[in-house]
Amino acid sequence: MRPPLGTPRLGAVADAGVQVGQPPRKRMLTERQRAERKLAWMLCAPAVAVMALVAIYPIIYAIYLSFQRYDLRFPADKTWVGISNYTTILTSTSLWWQAFGVTVLITVVSVVIELVLGMLAAIVMHRAIFGRGIVRTAVLLPYGIVTVVAAFSWQYAWTPGTGYLAGLLGGNSAPLTHQWQAIPIIILAEVWKTTPFMALLLLAGLSLVPEELLRAAKVDGATAWQRFWRVMVPVMKPAILVALLFRTLDAFRIFDNIYILTQGSQNTRSVSILDYDQLFTALNLGVGSAMSVLIFLFTALIAFGYIKGFGAAAPGQDVRGVR
Amino acid sequence: MNVTARQRVGWGAANVVVVLIAAIPVLWLVSLSFKDPTTLTDGSFYPHKWTTANYRGIFNQPLFTHALINSIGIALISTILGVVLGAMAAYAIARLDFPGKRLLVASALLIAMFPAISLVNPMFNLWRTLGIFDTWIGLIIPYMTFSLPLSIYTLSAFFREIPWELERAAALDGATPLQAFRRVIVPLAAPGVFTTAILVFLYCWNDFVFAISLTSTNNARTVPAAIAFFTGASQFQQPTGSIAAAAVVITVPVIVVVMLFQRRIVAGLTAGAVKG
Repeated sequence: MRPPLGTPRLGAVADAGVQVGQPPRKRMLTERQRAERKLAWMLCAPAVAVMALVAIYPIIYAIYLSFQRYDLRFPADKTWVGISNYTTILTSTSLWWQAFGVTVLITVVSVVIELVLGMLAAIVMHRAIFGRGIVRTAVLLPYGIVTVVAAFSWQYAWTPGTGYLAGLLGGNSAPLTHQWQAIPIIILAEVWKTTPFMALLLLAGLSLVPEELLRAAKVDGATAWQRFWRVMVPVMKPAILVALLFRTLDAFRIFDNIYILTQGSQNTRSVSILDYDQLFTALNLGVGSAMSVLIFLFTALIAFGYIKGFGAAAPGQDVRGVR
Repeated sequence: MNVTARQRVGWGAANVVVVLIAAIPVLWLVSLSFKDPTTLTDGSFYPHKWTTANYRGIFNQPLFTHALINSIGIALISTILGVVLGAMAAYAIARLDFPGKRLLVASALLIAMFPAISLVNPMFNLWRTLGIFDTWIGLIIPYMTFSLPLSIYTLSAFFREIPWELERAAALDGATPLQAFRRVIVPLAAPGVFTTAILVFLYCWNDFVFAISLTSTNNARTVPAAIAFFTGASQFQQPTGSIAAAAVVITVPVIVVVMLFQRRIVAGLTAGAVKG
């Protein structure tokens, strides 16, 4: 609730008030607004220009290619095929749905684990009695490490002979060469890398919980568990939902970890890995682009679902500057 | 005040567990990087025979040294450009009223959501036509562009929190507009800008997809991409030690930055994310 000194309307009205007898009050307003708009557009222009020039062209081109039969091995065959790339992906092969299932599995499991661990880590950080700096640095560490590097660390750890974890699952087998061992390892790598992100967002939410409220609940005889569910969680809801949204969107597009850990072998492909294979190994640009568009649509759907679920707490609702 | 000794021990133990979980994979890389090649495959968590050969090896390889210079230069330049452009737009979004604001915010989010791997192909062709394939500028442009949504979101969340009335208060006290801006607004905005800069830097430092597809030589290849081209001392040797050493080398600056600025990063991440 800060005084809206920066807003144009108040200033304009005040000005109009001073210049008594000037009938076109409304004009004054638009004059101000026009100047403000001009400044705003000038400030946004470079960013918009860069995004439009660099990002929009490849995006439109990818969408255009998704309606083409375009295989780099047979470039002369390039023709408009309508939605047949999409129907091919969705109906005639099991590859897409297999990868889709793996992606959904990895996304759901890792996001749920991250939420629980992130909440625990946030509470520990919040209550850290000594060494707060060390705890925070340590928690931030995985977030700062290059994903490819972290993935190599896990790959070596699980490689028989080299790694200290390889013997953990029993036998002399290489865990990364079995689907049902590789997927948990991928999830582990993903969880380790991104829990800090979740923990930090939750820490922000946690700092909003009024200490007196917790104390009052304690006095009233609420158990620790009740205080958590009845007091902390409701206050933290916006933070929880934002954390879930960003992590879900990212997890759905998982790429680097799988690329290094298994290269997508043993049916551990995510949709992004499958898309990469189509574009860079099979050189089938038409089908690959269609997959990109599908991945984009699914992420947009996830975002839309969350934003509908959030209601007022959704990100972007606030960005207009209206509070 | 009312913390009992038992609680103290409990939280202390929890702290230790959290620190260990976060640090073990990193320590494992450090250990691998110091292992002598003969003991590399002993599967032990700590090296029995220490060596710095891996580090000497990578610093003698132009592949790595060039990549390190490329990584630092490209990430720094992209960060500065991206944050300046982002700050201008974020200022307008946070403080000014103009049509098209929602459209701008929404399209920035959509750009951030489109899978990067599918943009690489058209960019590859376009970059070759323009002659910027495998150059610094060829990587700076995508990094700057695709980190813009992040900087716009974080910065506008920050800028909304700045008490801009202070600017007017300073003016009433006789400060010139430039003084008011330099002495009042800049110090208030600095932590937010700084945090965003670190996040953008990490994004550029981290990137693998653009780095591997838009470069082909030591000219512009960054470290994450260069690591993929490492080979062992001989053709039959795995480059495990070199990769671990390179990984440690590119992790050190991140750890230093995180340690120095963890308070600001925490404040920045939390303010930026929950509000925006």
